Amino acid sequence: MALLHTVNKSPFESSSFDTCLGYAKDGSTILFIEDGVYAATTGHSVADKIKNASGVSFAVLGPDLQARGLESKLADGIKVVDYDGFVNLVAEHDSVQSWL
Amino acid sequence: MPIEVNGKQLEVDEEGYLANLNDWEPAVAEVMAAAEDQPLTSDHWEIINFLREYYEEYQIAPAVRVLTKAVGKKLGKDKGNSKYLYELFPYGPGKQACKYAGLPKPTGCV
Amino acid sequence: MAIKKFMYINRKAPYGTIYALESLEVVLIGAAFDQDVSLAFIGDGVYQLVKGQNTQAIGQKNFSPTYAALGDYDVNKIYVEKESLEERGLTLYDLQHLVWEDEDEDWAEKDSIRLVSRSELADVIDEQDVILSF
Repeated sequence: MALLHTVNKSPFESSSFDTCLGYAKDGSTILFIEDGVYAATTGHSVADKIKNASGVSFAVLGPDLQARGLESKLADGIKVVDYDGFVNLVAEHDSVQSWL
Repeated sequence: MPIEVNGKQLEVDEEGYLANLNDWEPAVAEVMAAAEDQPLTSDHWEIINFLREYYEEYQIAPAVRVLTKAVGKKLGKDKGNSKYLYELFPYGPGKQACKYAGLPKPTGCV
Repeated sequence: MAIKKFMYINRKAPYGTIYALESLEVVLIGAAFDQDVSLAFIGDGVYQLVKGQNTQAIGQKNFSPTYAALGDYDVNKIYVEKESLEERGLTLYDLQHLVWEDEDEDWAEKDSIRLVSRSELADVIDEQDVILSF
C-alpha cells in the first residue's frame, strides 16, 4: 500500500504536518497544497524534518507556491507538480489521506 | 440589465458597475456617460485613465480622498481638489468616474 | 472626535483563509475615519507581505499589490515582527518594499515597514486604544 498524504495547513500554525509525518511510511508521498506549501520552503525548522525523512517522497502544488510568491525559496528534493500532476499522483497511489 | 456596447451585451451589477473588469473598452465609458447625459471631455478621460492605471497598479479603486490627493500629485494642484473633480463628475468622482472606468465601487465608499 | 490609536493584528497567511483579505478591506474602509492606524504582521501574517505573489493559476485575486496603496490611505506604520520572519526563513528583503509619501516634505518617500522584536511589538500593542485581530 502506497499512500498519498496531502497537507493543506501551514506547519507553523497547525500540527497537521507533524502528525502526517508520523504516519508516513516508506514509499508514500506527502503533497503540500494551499497553506501547506509553506513547509516546502528553505531556512526553517520544518525544512530539516523534510530533509531527514528518508523513504518518503515530497511534492508541492506549483500554483499554490506561485500564488504565495515562494517559488525561489523551494527546498531541494521537493517535486513541483501542477494540477495534472496532482491527478497523476492520486492515480499512482493506492489511496489518499488528507490531513486537514 | 446588461448594457449594449458595440453590439455586445455586457453584464453590470444593480448599480450599473461592470461585472467583469476585462469587458471594459473606451466605448463602455461612452455608453454609460450617454445614459446619464454626461458629456466626456479630455479632462474626464484624464481622470478615467488615471483610475484605470491606479487599479492596474494597486488592484483597488481609490477612495475619493485618496483619488484627490493622487490626482494632485500626478496632474497638479489645480486638478487635485474636490471642486474640480466634482465639476467633472457631479455624481461623485469616486462613484461615477470609477463606473465609467469599469472599476468596482471604491473600497470604503458606502 | 478624539483620535484613537487603532491597531490591526494580522496573523494568517493569505489565500488559504479569508482573514488577510478581510483585514485589508477593513483597514481601507476604516482609513476614512482619520484615526491613528497601525498594522502588525506576526506569525504566518508575515507571509501576506511576501513579494512576487502570482495567483493566476489558483484563480483567486492577487491582493498583494494593494498593500502598496496603504501609504495613500495614510496608513504608514506597518510593524513586522523579526522573530516571525526568522522562524520562517525569511528576511525583510523577501517582503515588498512599502513606502509612503510625505506631502509636507515635497512627497519625500519614507519606509512604512518597521522591523521590530516581539518584546518591542508587545510594547506598541500595549499603547493601543483599539485592537482588531485577524
